[in-house]
Amino acid sequence: MRPDLEIIQQWIEPNSKVLDLGCGDGSLLHYLQTTKNVHGIGLEIDEKNIQNCLRQGTNVIEQNLDEGLSNFQSASFDTVLLAQTLQALSKPDNLIDEMLRIGKNGIVTFPNFGNWKSRLYLASRGRMPVSKFMPHSWYNTPNIHFCTVRDFDALCRERNIKVLARTVVDLEHQGSWYMRAWPNLLGEIAIYHISKQ
Amino acid sequence: MPESIPIDSVGLVSPQVYKFDEPLTLRSGKVLPNYQLVVETYGELNASKTNAILICHALSGDHHAAGYHDEEDSKPGWWDSCIGPGKAIDTNLFHVVSLNNLGGCAGSTGPASINPETGQYYGPDFPVVTVRDWVNSQLRLMDKMDIPEWAAVVGGSLGGMQVLRWAISYPERVRHAVCIAAAPKLSAQNIAFNEVARHSITSDRNFHNGRYLEKGTYPKQGLMLARMVGHITYLSDSAMRAKFGKSVSDFEQNSSENFGRDLRTGTLSFGFNVDFQVESYLHYQGERFSENFDANTYLLMTKALDYFDPTVDFEGDLSKAFANSDCKFLLMSFSTDWRFPPERSREIVNALLKAGREVSYLEIQADQGHDAFLLAIPRYIEALSAYLKKVHEQSDQNAA
Repeated sequence: MRPDLEIIQQWIEPNSKVLDLGCGDGSLLHYLQTTKNVHGIGLEIDEKNIQNCLRQGTNVIEQNLDEGLSNFQSASFDTVLLAQTLQALSKPDNLIDEMLRIGKNGIVTFPNFGNWKSRLYLASRGRMPVSKFMPHSWYNTPNIHFCTVRDFDALCRERNIKVLARTVVDLEHQGSWYMRAWPNLLGEIAIYHISKQ
Repeated sequence: MPESIPIDSVGLVSPQVYKFDEPLTLRSGKVLPNYQLVVETYGELNASKTNAILICHALSGDHHAAGYHDEEDSKPGWWDSCIGPGKAIDTNLFHVVSLNNLGGCAGSTGPASINPETGQYYGPDFPVVTVRDWVNSQLRLMDKMDIPEWAAVVGGSLGGMQVLRWAISYPERVRHAVCIAAAPKLSAQNIAFNEVARHSITSDRNFHNGRYLEKGTYPKQGLMLARMVGHITYLSDSAMRAKFGKSVSDFEQNSSENFGRDLRTGTLSFGFNVDFQVESYLHYQGERFSENFDANTYLLMTKALDYFDPTVDFEGDLSKAFANSDCKFLLMSFSTDWRFPPERSREIVNALLKAGREVSYLEIQADQGHDAFLLAIPRYIEALSAYLKKVHEQSDQNAA
């Protein structure tokens, strides 16, 4: 399992209802179904991923997140997940509001653009950072709304969103005392557990 | 039949007849005192009886869904693309049950059957049957076949509507509902096309108010016209362009530019004859259909479509209809289907989500229009196959 998913799963209650936005190949939902008896539904647009979900028996709906989530009822899920998808959305702030309308709590993970490597890349080369983790050039990247840990904190304050837990990890998803001390500088992936105030 | 039976065919099959003597009260309030259903099955029922799949047919379908009836058959059953050993509905894994619905004209009791009360053809006296009536009759068939639960009920178009009715009326007898290219109810446009079809039949001078069989005739022209109109709604514009745009004329350099306007003979007649391939095709389809299908059955089937509305008992709220449907759902739609377009399937998906049901949904990119559900479209077949493999694994677990 992807290591950020390893961390996420700890925040999900057994027997709860989970909506996974951009569920990929469905591996997290499948894991939650089999280990925690979670009732899950994933949304996905990639055909291969959808096929993988069906193959392992995960409920999946072909739906584009950019077209909104108005077809989901308020408070109809316990947890709504958004893993590594925030930066690819056309209106990420609206989607986070929608997550907290539909779920009692939400979990968001995203690549932290405030990491020192991105800062150094931009500062030293004067070009948009390209790395193993963010391999796209500026013109063909699906990632159109990068943000930093500090940016996300600010959004949560503006929208009255309560941060239940926040952790940052490196690409191997290891945390450390120094990442906890300087999350925006040292964290490579940010993981937030949020709810309404 | 092809020269040799393909390895992934169910091979030669023969239908069986099930007779029912207990009267069936229909949605209209009328009672069918007795009736018979003609059925084909493919694949073996396992010892624990957990691997049965019901196939529900659409407007002009019947029980002959797969394989060949005899050596002379030029074509296999109507859903042979999906049913067979190793196919999406895998007869190595499942016991597949396919029937001709009540009111049909392929062997089950319908307008062309003899009314036991009069000794004459039912004809126009055959009561209007609804999707609900069909499902009730399918439930009786299931009991007679001693099948406690369907691993899945599967159908496309009008067949998909029967799937929804199963999930609403008898969820305890269905583990998975697979509803393809369907709609929660017909739109005014859908009903309008059906009415054109019906009117063309009933206004044929050989219709004789539905009593044409006694007169040794049938409303051939009306039935042809009905089928021609229907056929147009099954195909998409792009499908027609591809189908009838194969030849290159002098002024049109390639098929995509000739808009499917292939000529039949190469020249225009400057008369009112058949000039274009598409005309010839529609005539052929209409003609073939009119020779094999009963006009009264066509009227009944289109009425069953028009009347389908599972929300009538639930204050118009489809999600309430699914309140107890605790089976799992798979829905699929096709991008160029303008008869039951993807939005119609989404209405069903959204109602299921609102009802808190477990549902998967795929929107398949396909040029073939509504007809796509009958065709071997790779993504569609792979998805159905993957889903049903999982259904089979679960039926194994249930058996263990």
